[in-house]
Amino acid sequence: MAENQFFIDSEKLSEKALLRKHQLEQDPSCRSDHMAYMEGMEQIDSTIRDRVISEMSSYDYNVYTEADVRRALAGERCTVEDFKALLSPAALPYLEQMAQKAKLETSRHFGNTVYIFTPLYIANYCENYCIYCGFNCYNDIRRKKLNAEEIEKEMRVIAESGIEEILLLTGESRAMSDVQYIGGACKLAAKYFKNVGLEIYPVNTDEYRYLHECGADYVTVFQETYDSDKYETLHLMGHKRVFPYRFDAQERALRGGMRGVGFSALLGLADFRKDALASALHVYYLQRKYPHAEYSLSCPRLRPIINNDKINPLDVHEKELCQVLCAYRIFMPFVGITVSSREQRHFRDGIIKIAATKVSAGVSTGIGDHESKYKGEMNVEIGDEQFEISDDRSFDEMYRDVQEEGLQPVLNDYVYV
Amino acid sequence: MMKDTFKLGGKEFSSRFILGSGKYSLELIKAAVENAGAEIITLAVRRTNTKDTENILDYIPDYVTLLPNTSGARTAQEAVRIARMARELGCGNFVKIEIMKDSKYLLPDNVETVKATQILADEGFVVLPYMYPDLYTARELQEAGAVAVMPLASPIGSNKGLATREFIQILIDEIDLPIIVDAGIGKPSQACEAMEMGAAAIMSNTAIATARDIPAMAGAFKDAIIAGRKAYLAGLGRVLERGAEASDPLTGFLRD
Amino acid sequence: MIKINGEEIMLTEIPLTRYLQENGYDPRRIAVECNENIVPKSQFETFILHSGDVVEIVSFVGGG
Repeated sequence: MAENQFFIDSEKLSEKALLRKHQLEQDPSCRSDHMAYMEGMEQIDSTIRDRVISEMSSYDYNVYTEADVRRALAGERCTVEDFKALLSPAALPYLEQMAQKAKLETSRHFGNTVYIFTPLYIANYCENYCIYCGFNCYNDIRRKKLNAEEIEKEMRVIAESGIEEILLLTGESRAMSDVQYIGGACKLAAKYFKNVGLEIYPVNTDEYRYLHECGADYVTVFQETYDSDKYETLHLMGHKRVFPYRFDAQERALRGGMRGVGFSALLGLADFRKDALASALHVYYLQRKYPHAEYSLSCPRLRPIINNDKINPLDVHEKELCQVLCAYRIFMPFVGITVSSREQRHFRDGIIKIAATKVSAGVSTGIGDHESKYKGEMNVEIGDEQFEISDDRSFDEMYRDVQEEGLQPVLNDYVYV
Repeated sequence: MMKDTFKLGGKEFSSRFILGSGKYSLELIKAAVENAGAEIITLAVRRTNTKDTENILDYIPDYVTLLPNTSGARTAQEAVRIARMARELGCGNFVKIEIMKDSKYLLPDNVETVKATQILADEGFVVLPYMYPDLYTARELQEAGAVAVMPLASPIGSNKGLATREFIQILIDEIDLPIIVDAGIGKPSQACEAMEMGAAAIMSNTAIATARDIPAMAGAFKDAIIAGRKAYLAGLGRVLERGAEASDPLTGFLRD
Repeated sequence: MIKINGEEIMLTEIPLTRYLQENGYDPRRIAVECNENIVPKSQFETFILHSGDVVEIVSFVGGG
């Protein structure tokens, strides 16, 4: 199978830093144990990880036949076995039928609504070396962390555009963007938006509770890949290296009082069928344990980053991505599905008619550049982007396009009690 | 092929037919148990009648696990007392909780049932609560320590079949415990259907007790339950929907 | 007066085993509850019923 070439050396790195970087890349023995918790990381008692991983490990998608797929499509309910069939290569010839069924399920649970939100990156400092990510600590990019005043300025610009739901993101650095800092951003966001989500480094239960009290309601953590051996080779350094702590983040968030949680693998990093299965089962088992919570799945594919434009999602083409999304929808009709601006306009326009229920608009993955993007004013000092976006429609354009597709754009559907 | 069994309280059972012993004569019990292939039989606890020289236990084969019920209880506390007495009778620690406050419809009281399940599970009983098929209650029963959940198919003794089909299906899909369909199953075909849906077992009494030939009906239920289980394991075939409407292709937009 | 299975017995005191014996109960096939507490079989020999006690003596019967 083809592999991505992730390693890029910046000329600006010191000799010592380069030495360390190469050592991490080439010598697995110098890397820390990715299954061992680091100091300060809360360990919760949960069996969900074992269940997900064992199901994933035993999943052999080549054993499923077209008959299995047809049965899964004809059934009234979709079992785990049916879902496995729908994710298998045998289902590819049935993509149109899957889409028809997925559309039916989506409309049954969500009507013809599509939620629109926008992400706001408030800092891009990162302490991790995740070799595929533009924010990784060895990548030579302009770093920035917005202060409270700058955050508020960005939020005001975004809120004026009409957006009511915001997703706050940081690079994963507790040192540069501590929980208090993020809590402050949540409090500001609560002033301007009706719904505040977080996509930050995983934290402990009490910290999730604090962030919830500050106004955040939704926590998204991407596991990137559920194959822990592969995970080890992609996340070479930093807190993110600890696989099980990341896995349990959503459960800690729910215990901390968050209303909803989001999940995903980054498709293209490992065997995408297995990762898709594990992502869905992660939701499935948690939902059974915490049935009151809201759940959502995303489906990002690998994208080129600054200094490495060759990164691509390998065998996960649009067809495969569509298959995964339809299978998600048929297996879990009640789950929100988000399709980010990593995907192109034509894909997002198509998939909101089938399976997706939430899209971002007015996206910038850079730091502090909403004003320039929204108003055309040049800001002198902005931080670089995490990845290249593929759909740069503004909120207004997205709103109009959703309407033109015969769908109903929704900006929030929360009631606070 | 792997043996198809299910477990309750550490015991393994291959028969998925739980037989009730009420409303028919003691002499028929042995034949009914044998024809049913039952490994679990339910009993009730009542004030001892000293005029009776015979005891039901003499008619039940030794290999059968006894599942005393708490019928007669109107509150959790009464069910707990009955369960303790049943355990004291020295035939194991299984108990089927049955709490009814309504003498007209004999519907189970889910709230009291959850309370009794909690107390008895804490005391080490193997608790199988009889309940009205409600998802929230089933979750609470699971939390409380039940080893299985026994939703009713229709009013007890009514032989009306799977009136609660949709809700039992939800329990089967959502609850990690064995779902044992209890009460109201009137015919073997209904038992079979519940098994096809994925029920772990069927509990039946009245349908057999009111049949013309009791042992023969026990056998008919046995076969139906086995057939339903086999169908479930085999994976039901698809139902062709007639007149499905053709619509515009949804996937025409895909590139690369 | 002792109340046994709903019946009022005009006695102030009686050993449990004696009462069971005299009334034809098979101790292997019954359970006894006194004032809502189980009387374990191991205590049958020494257990005395007193005036005011409410006693239930039960066994298994057919049931669904």
